Formats: sequence, structure tokens, C-alpha cells
Amino acid sequence: MVPFFAYTTVFLLIPTLVVVIGAFLSGGRPTLGNVRALTEPAVISATQHSVVLSAVTAVGGAVIGAVLAYAVSTARVDGVLRRFVASLCGVLAQFGGVALAFAFLASFGATGFLTTWLAKVGVDTGPGLWLYEWDKGLMLVYLYFQIPLMLIVFLPAVEGLRPQWREATETLGGSTWVYWRRVAAPILFPSFVGATLLLFTNAFSAYATAAALVSQGSPLLPLAIGNTLTSEVILGQENIGKAMALEMVVVVAVAMTLYAVLDRRSSKWLAP
Amino acid sequence: MTSMTSTDGQGVAVQLTGLRRTYGALNALDHFTLHIAPGELVALLGPSGCGKTTALRCLAGLEDPDSGRIEVGGRDITSVPTSRRDMGMVFQAYSLFPHMTARQNVEFGLQLRKRSTQERRTRAADMLDLVGLSDQADKYAHQMSGGQQQRVALARALAIEPQVLLLDEPLSALDAKVRTQLRDEIRRIQLTVGTTTLFVTHDQEEALAVADRVGVMRAGHLEQLAAPEELYARPTSEFVADFVGLTNRLPGTAVDGHADVLGGRVPLLDGSATSGEVMVLVRPEGIDIAADPAGDATVLSGSFLGAHGRVTAETAGGHHVVVQVPSSAVAAYPPGTRVRLTARGDRALAVRAE
Repeated sequence: MVPFFAYTTVFLLIPTLVVVIGAFLSGGRPTLGNVRALTEPAVISATQHSVVLSAVTAVGGAVIGAVLAYAVSTARVDGVLRRFVASLCGVLAQFGGVALAFAFLASFGATGFLTTWLAKVGVDTGPGLWLYEWDKGLMLVYLYFQIPLMLIVFLPAVEGLRPQWREATETLGGSTWVYWRRVAAPILFPSFVGATLLLFTNAFSAYATAAALVSQGSPLLPLAIGNTLTSEVILGQENIGKAMALEMVVVVAVAMTLYAVLDRRSSKWLAP
Repeated sequence: MTSMTSTDGQGVAVQLTGLRRTYGALNALDHFTLHIAPGELVALLGPSGCGKTTALRCLAGLEDPDSGRIEVGGRDITSVPTSRRDMGMVFQAYSLFPHMTARQNVEFGLQLRKRSTQERRTRAADMLDLVGLSDQADKYAHQMSGGQQQRVALARALAIEPQVLLLDEPLSALDAKVRTQLRDEIRRIQLTVGTTTLFVTHDQEEALAVADRVGVMRAGHLEQLAAPEELYARPTSEFVADFVGLTNRLPGTAVDGHADVLGGRVPLLDGSATSGEVMVLVRPEGIDIAADPAGDATVLSGSFLGAHGRVTAETAGGHHVVVQVPSSAVAAYPPGTRVRLTARGDRALAVRAE
């Protein structure tokens, strides 16, 4: 356990403390000015965009990923299909950043091969700028890693549904619909919501993919934080960046606390 | 389907005729036929893969037979879906809905039948009282022991007043003491409500203890169906004699309906080989043992089993013979003791010596 605690201390606890303390300092003196700066229109807008982007891709990814998880759960446990999909999702869930952004640019960008091919067959998709907008292209790109992540996180819950529950429902007079509505859905609900929260935090804290695609402005909170650390225009405002980071920490902490509560409940129900 | 309530002690007859069910090359059921009288508890017993669970699942509608006919109360239900068969089922384990309390589990089937809240509450309370769990009504499955969970599952199955009660190895996941307690309770409750019941188990003691009749299955068909005492005392095949209870296989000679074996003469059961060299299947309690320095057997070991004990001895011919003795007598036969073994006059099955 010592290496684990050492690791989390150096890479989680200390940075969090630096962020928390820095958020309330300016020029070495205590202040609430940094936190007050969170109410500025640009920061509020970035927060709203981040929340919307994260929520939409979390819910979209959760719904599609859950359906796929159920489909995978019906395949043979030791079958090739199941192992292939699980392995593929493990890779895709981690496939973000510049490489993912480039992959989408190469496909859907202004000169991407799909855009070019569609133009050749007479379908005009416009200049392809939608790909660079946070509420269009970025949502699509985020779904690319959100869906496989949902499959990985939610599959154990779906696999935890015992055949006896369906059969008991049937012998007691219930249909398939009754089973899903009265038994399976309530049992899976905490896991589903918990996984959705996990997806939310995953998208909320993603930086590299957004940074690679969005070159104009800082429409998202992680980009705004990065901007305070690197932009010459607002150089010296690192502590405002720390205040925004604190905001992110709070949002993620709340989401993860809810996730932990829900996970504890569902793990009691779905324990092997 | 008209539901006959079992609480009035009027069970319905079940008839399975010529059921066949194959899984690839495996014949899980091979022209399986079984009749269960109204209110009767029949146990299906057999080794893994003999088809006993498949037979129960076909009756429940959870498996479709390839051919054959299933009748309950005189009505053909072969193609009726599970949800409309009106059967209560208790599974091996983990069948309670984990997000519901014990009471909610018991009420579930009644809710599906649109019973009023008051009726549901009363019925659930009665059922939980019947299985001795009135004080656990608000507990969730993960807050109850395995035995309690199975009691709730039984209450849930009985709450809907099923025509037939199906028990699919309901005790196999429990420890020995709880298993015995619950086994006796199942029998008590079944006799109280009078529901026609099919009980599947691989535990012969369980089957012999609870059932009106026991069906021993082998390779998808019934090898023998009889009352427990008859099954034990008069097995009709070598398989049944071997599978039910402990049996010694001893060489002997069959003559005129008798066999000379182990220094004694035993009458043979119907179906036995009637002449020549045979193997006689003799129960441990069908052999007398006596310490005798001139005896031709030597004690190998003795074991204390509570109410009685067993002594294992080796004959001059190299056969190991298990003899049942009073538990207090085990100590009288330490390993190495020379003993004389004699087969008593109980009827035994003889099969052709290979």
C-alpha cells in the first residue's frame, strides 16, 4: 500500500492542495478575488459549455453504451466476439487527445476523406467548420471515447443480472416487459446513473482532445484553465486558473461521491 | 387458465408424456414420462446431467421439449408460456429480487395479478408467517442468510397459490444443518397447503426424506419411480441400487430365487439374475459382523456416524465390505481384528457377474 499512498500523495493530494491554497492567494496574500473571478461572464460561459458538453456526451454515451453492453452480454462469455469487443473498447476508451482529433479531421475535416468523397458524389457538407465547434464536432468526438468507456464500466452490472430473476418473474406471471420494467431496470439504475456520472467527469476533465480541435478562444473550462497558465495576454493570472481548477475539483468530487454511493448500493445487489 | 387454489388441499394432477429434449448430440430427456397425483410430492433424483432439471424446466415452460405432452389438471399446457402456467418455483439460490424487501418479493406475483393492496399485505404476511419469517419482512436479500432467502423464495412461490410447486435443488447452496431444517419445513408446508410438487435434487437423503415418491433418473429417462422405502429396499436395477443408499457388491451364486453370498443365503428381488455366478448387491445393514479369530475377513477401518457406525472389512477374496453397526459397537472392531461376516435374509438384487 505504501507505493499507492506515495503515488496518490505526490500526484493527487499535493496538486489538489496547491490548487485549493492557490485559489485563495494573490501575490502571496489571502484573497477571495480569484474565486470572485469565477463569476466573470467568460468563466461562467466556459463552465456552462463544459457542463452541457459533459452532460450530453455522458447521457448519449451512457444510453448507447448500455445498449451495446447488453448486446455484448448476450454473446458467449468465452467467445471471440465478446473478448474482441471488450479489448477494443479498452483501447478506444483511452484513445483521446491529438491522435483522436487528427483521426476525425482526416475523416470529417474540410479536406477529410469522407467530406471529399461525399462532395464527389454530390453531397455538399459545407466548409466542415462544425467539427471545430464545442457543441457539434466536439460532442461527436467525445462520444467516440464515452461509448466504449460506458460499455467497459456498465458491462459487469449487466452481467450481474441473474437468469433466475427473469425466470422468477415469468413463473410469477410477468412478461419480458414486466421483467425489464420492474426488475432489471430498477436493479441496473444505480449502476447506470453511477456510470453516467463517471462519463460526465471523464468529459468534464478532458483537455487534450478539445485543445487539439478548438483553436479559437477557450469555450471550455479545461481550456480556460490552460489559457491562464500559457497565454501571454493574461499572464500572471495563474491563481484565477487555480480557482477554476478548484471549481472543477468540486464538481468532480460531487459527481464521484454520488458515484461511490450508487456503486455501493448496486454492488450489494449484484454481488456474485 | 383457471387457478385451483392449493391451500384447500386440492392439488392437481401433472402428467408428462414422452418428453424429448436434446442439446446437440445430448439427449437430456429421452421419452420421459411421469405422473404426479394431486397433492403429491415427487422428487426427481439422479446424477448431474441425467435430465432431472430439464424435466422440471419443461414443466415450468422455461424449456421447450422437442416432442411430448405436458398436462396439468387434465389440460394440455405444452405450448402455454411460462407466465401463464400458474406455477410457483423455488430456484437453487439467488432468485430473490435484490431491490425489494422480503414482503415486496412475496407480494410481487400478487401485484401482477392485480390483487388489492390489502389482500397483498395480508397474503404476504400469512406466507411469511408460514415460513417463520414474519420478523424479516422488511429485510433485503443481502441482509438475510441463505436459508432465510430460500424461505422467502418459498413464500413468494406459494403466495400466488400455484397449481404446481417446482423446487429446483432449493437446498443445495445451504449448509448441512440449515438444509435439514428447511427440508423438513418444506415437507411440512407442502403437506399443509397440499400443492402438487415436483422437487429436483441430487441429494438422495433429501429426496428420500421429503417425497411421497422418488423418481431415479438416468440418461434422460426414469429408471425407477417408487415410494422411498420401496426404492431403497427393492431397487429394480443395479443403477438404482448403487445410486440410492450404500451397497456392497459381493460375489455369490444364484439358485432358485436365492443367492448364496458371504456365508449366508438371501432371497433375490424380481429382476435379479436367477442362476450362476452373480454379483449380489447387499446393503451395509444386511450383513452381520462378529469378532472371530477364525473369521476370514479383517477389519480395515471403523467410522462413527452419530446414530450408527460403519465398519469396513476386507474378505479373503479381497472384497471390501461395509457393515452397519450400532455406534457403540464401532470401538469393538479396531483395524486388524479378524471377523466373520454373514449376509442376512433381506431381499437383495443380483446382477450377472462380469
